[in-house]
Amino acid sequence: MACFVAPAATAIVTTVVQRIVEKREDGRTPEQAEKVRGKWSQRLRWLNTMLWGGTALLALEHMWHGELVPWPPFLTAMQTPGETGPMLHEILTYGVTMTAVVIVAWGIMVGVAELRARAKSMPEGETEAAGGDS
Amino acid sequence: MWLLITALAALIASALWYASAPSDRYKLGFLSLIYWGATLMWLVDHVIAYVQEGGPFLEISAQATAVGLSVLALGLFVWLVRLLLSDPKRVLQAALKR
Repeated sequence: MACFVAPAATAIVTTVVQRIVEKREDGRTPEQAEKVRGKWSQRLRWLNTMLWGGTALLALEHMWHGELVPWPPFLTAMQTPGETGPMLHEILTYGVTMTAVVIVAWGIMVGVAELRARAKSMPEGETEAAGGDS
Repeated sequence: MWLLITALAALIASALWYASAPSDRYKLGFLSLIYWGATLMWLVDHVIAYVQEGGPFLEISAQATAVGLSVLALGLFVWLVRLLLSDPKRVLQAALKR
């Protein structure tokens, strides 16, 4: 009915967060930026692409099935009072679970990227430590 | 059926992204993330519906295939707009300068 509303609402929030993170990363000194430039804004962009992309494709599917229309109130379930309750229930069950699964998948991607970044920076750190001792 | 078509598109886009990595000149990572997002959402939708209501897991019909192809086209359209806006080969830029 309207399950895509939950990921769409989450996408709005995460897009705002991404914009804030981008601004913070731009305000760093060149040395700091060298280490973290684009790191978290890039990772948040992965999440936003999945959320917005999924929302757009699901919205098309809902339009195809006549559950979403281009005129107010947009969701056909809102036209009949009896369907509003089930619609909200669907948003809270299907929609929230969809959003949670996408966020978990993104968390795994970030975890793998973080581990790889740490593995790459490890030899450099060891080299610096060895250089400092001598 | 649209779940199957989108999952297939996500796998193909990911394979193409991997083949061209580490350069992501043609924004194939963006395309694969669009399809993965939709695939995960529809997977959840199908699993919950299957557990709650039963019936066939996948709807195999001409209409379901048409929905699948439509979402495939929408994903490609969004990717193409993004690709043309970034214009990595400067094709549009050169054409506009003429």
